[in-house]
Amino acid sequence: MASLNLLVAVCLGYVAILFAVAFLAERAALRGRGGWLRSPVVYTLSLSIYCTAWTFYGAVGYAARSGMEYVTIYLGPTLVMVGWWLILRKLVRIGRSQRITSIADLISSRFGKSTSLAVVVTLMSVIAATPYIALQLQSVTLSFASFASADPGAAPFTSHTATALWVAAGLAFFTVLFGTRNLDANERHHGVVMAIALEAVVKLVALLAVGIFVVWGLGGGVAQTLARINASPIGTWEMQGGRWAGLTFLSAAALLCLPRMFQVLVVENEDEGHLRTAAWAFPLYLLLMSLFVVPIAVIGLDLLPPGSNPDLFVLTVPLSQGRNTLAMLSFLGGFSSATSMVIVASIALSTMVSNHIVMPIFLRATGGGAVMSGDVRHVVLLARRVSIAVVVALGYLYYRLSGGGAALAAIGLISFAGVAQFLPAMLGGLFWRGATRLGALAGLSAGFLLWAWTMFLPGIGTGTLLPASVFAQGPFGIGWLRPQALFGIEGMDPLVHAMIWSLSLNTAGFVAVSLLTFPTPVERLQGAQFVNVFDHSARSQGWSGGLAQSEDLLVMAQRILGGAEAQALFRSEAARQGLAGMLPEPSPDFLHRLERELSGSVGGATAHAMVAQITGGAAVSVEDLMAVADETAQMMEYSSQLEAKSDELSRTARQLRAANEMLTQLSVQKDGFLSQISHELRTPMTSVRAFSEILRDAESLSDEERNRYSSIIHDEALRLTRLLDDLLDLSVLENGQVSLNLRRGTLGEVIDHAVAAAGVASGEIRIRRRRESESVMLSSDLDRLAQVFINLIANAAKYCDAERPELRIEVRRGGDTVSVDFIDNGSGIPTEAHALIFEKFSRIGQSAAPGAGLGLAICREIMARLGGSISYLPGQGGGAFRVTLRADAALAAQ
Amino acid sequence: MSAPLFLERRRYRRRRLTDAARLLPILGALLFALPLLWPTPEQASAGAGEAGGAAGVAMARSMIYIFAVWAGLILSALLISWRLSRAPEAETETGARSAAPGEPG
Repeated sequence: MASLNLLVAVCLGYVAILFAVAFLAERAALRGRGGWLRSPVVYTLSLSIYCTAWTFYGAVGYAARSGMEYVTIYLGPTLVMVGWWLILRKLVRIGRSQRITSIADLISSRFGKSTSLAVVVTLMSVIAATPYIALQLQSVTLSFASFASADPGAAPFTSHTATALWVAAGLAFFTVLFGTRNLDANERHHGVVMAIALEAVVKLVALLAVGIFVVWGLGGGVAQTLARINASPIGTWEMQGGRWAGLTFLSAAALLCLPRMFQVLVVENEDEGHLRTAAWAFPLYLLLMSLFVVPIAVIGLDLLPPGSNPDLFVLTVPLSQGRNTLAMLSFLGGFSSATSMVIVASIALSTMVSNHIVMPIFLRATGGGAVMSGDVRHVVLLARRVSIAVVVALGYLYYRLSGGGAALAAIGLISFAGVAQFLPAMLGGLFWRGATRLGALAGLSAGFLLWAWTMFLPGIGTGTLLPASVFAQGPFGIGWLRPQALFGIEGMDPLVHAMIWSLSLNTAGFVAVSLLTFPTPVERLQGAQFVNVFDHSARSQGWSGGLAQSEDLLVMAQRILGGAEAQALFRSEAARQGLAGMLPEPSPDFLHRLERELSGSVGGATAHAMVAQITGGAAVSVEDLMAVADETAQMMEYSSQLEAKSDELSRTARQLRAANEMLTQLSVQKDGFLSQISHELRTPMTSVRAFSEILRDAESLSDEERNRYSSIIHDEALRLTRLLDDLLDLSVLENGQVSLNLRRGTLGEVIDHAVAAAGVASGEIRIRRRRESESVMLSSDLDRLAQVFINLIANAAKYCDAERPELRIEVRRGGDTVSVDFIDNGSGIPTEAHALIFEKFSRIGQSAAPGAGLGLAICREIMARLGGSISYLPGQGGGAFRVTLRADAALAAQ
Repeated sequence: MSAPLFLERRRYRRRRLTDAARLLPILGALLFALPLLWPTPEQASAGAGEAGGAAGVAMARSMIYIFAVWAGLILSALLISWRLSRAPEAETETGARSAAPGEPG
């Protein structure tokens, strides 16, 4: 017979091995030699904490009571794992890209880093996990007891609670030691994961060994065992359809939502590719775990006296056959299952409690919090350690209070249904951008309340917390609120009843409130990040940096990440920004990266709050967004101003270039003109001098000759005078010294006068006018205006090179101006000369016609004085000038 | 010309492979739901006259069915993940996008 002492010794030895494995794994990981720690096999094995003592012991008991129903607990996870491409892949990607530390962190981060949501999820997780942890303690205690009863030498085993206490204390110690050894930036626990992988192997080997022993050792081979199964009390397929489907769904939900499963599945995940292996390997593990459950149950029912606890068949069947070693192995398997579950669950829960409850309270309590001196790390670690102890203690308390009575499976299912309440918010958050924080809060609260009312409280036991009358008549006699017949629907299986009501109202509340409410900006940003994680895995939301002080950030980061890590982070960032030294610019990118690093240690919401404390902006509010939008608008306005300015600049440059060109040409023209004017002045002067010399010196001149010579001198003098008059006129006009002689008259009269004065009415050029359009009254300096017209007409007469020269004078009234166009049918003025014709001294080409090139310049000056303008009209098929008069000059006269 | 054609074909295969990965759990759920249609002992005894006195589905048979489906699922998942791991990783994203279409928020 196995002695209890030997059992205790083996147990302690096993625990020592676990410690050693965890220690070695930690050390290997620390030294960077942990490649083998990150293999997909280890990942898959670590998932096996899904199989707790409930699975190890309870499944057999479950099968002994309800046949194949136990298998649903594995079928759900199998479907989820096999369908990893649908949900898990996205979950893991989000978990990695957002540095998610727990399921509470996931839901809170998705819904705008909401602290309230994180608190709710954390509390729900703790409440749902407590009975589960109690269950593990109970199973270890029960297995101890069954060994003790089989050991006649030992004293009667009475102290169940003491065993449970020792186990709880030991587990808490191990978890604190390896679960909170360091505040890892990515929240991975190599030692723990390795120990769990080892435990996974132990429990699988143990169960397989017992199964093989039962089938081939006791059952007499596969065929005979199958025959015995068919002949047993559970020999036919008896299944309530609702339970079969409901439990499958529930277990599938639990795989995704259990905090400990989330821990190993998402948080401890090293490589997304591991999922690919786990997709088939984990279902295989589950299949192997459940393969021998029915045979063990059937043989147990056969061999053991009626009334023995079927939950312990895995242990008692080998014991009853005197196979102590096998029983010992089986005990270790159960022990492994229980311990690994408690370890991971308490790590996951403590992370949630410290990140989402303790840290926010601490930060609030310490006011300025993050920028104070001192180390926050020890606060976080202490919070974790205390949380672990509290979680395990809660489990122990629950075990003490519940008396360890209920069947194992029932407790497990209560816990499953509790965490399944996270499912709508989680999946909604992953796949639906319209899901809002209030929706999630409403759904979670509704689901949780219904779960507590219909499942949790009844699960503790009728008559303990709820009096029996509540079950019979409902609270305060309200019949439709009876916990197991909600809304008057009776006769349903309690589990299916609770599940359907809680999950459907949860989902309905979540969807309805989400549809009716409006998400905050952070929620919307995060929603886009989560739902479209494969489109942009990079960053979640921008800090508007600039306010933050790098030094403060470093102080804070050191307190959370530890000095060396934080400094390395800051230095690398500074190097990335191309700065020397330790302090990078607090750019939004850097703040975002820092926040993510911090969230690996203290959770998303807390990290966000801490960075916010230093950067000043607590969160992105609508106002912030509007400010950003304003800024953008301003930027756009500014840039459009810049654009306008640059347009203006380039316009000016163009003008300058044109002016420069003109100046250069003018200078050429001027040079040309100087020689021209000197020539123009010299020619008459020469003839004046020559003829006056002749008149003076020649004695024998006839009167006729004298007359001719003196009239030549007179003409030349007139020419000189005209030239000088023009120059004078121009200079007067340019200096603005001209006084206008305003008169009234019609445009027609002015043109008549001009045509007559130009002396072209009869011969050299034909003038075409439309007199009816010329009846415009003017009030202006009509003489000056006539001077302009005369100049234009004379020019046309002089320069028009057509065979039958013709000048059209067209008057147009448009808007507030009157324009008079002078269009001839000559070859016009070449384009390159357009800029110059109105300049002084400009003469087009080397034309033969006389003139100093002052006419058009004078015209321009006159028109400017009269408030109008004169310009060349290109594209009229000949030389064309347009004289524009302001209409008020015209209309005022009418 | 042949190189892009070849690549296109591989991408096509990979897309279909991810389709299979998505459909596999649905197939599994259907197969696992099949036992719901099996007669319970009461129904079986009610129809015992013509069914030759069969007392429902025997436990051994139901076990074999469920474990066979289970093993089939595992094998399919193994096959799919093995093929997926051989396909180039870079194209994962395009497949993922169609997997999770996000509504405009």
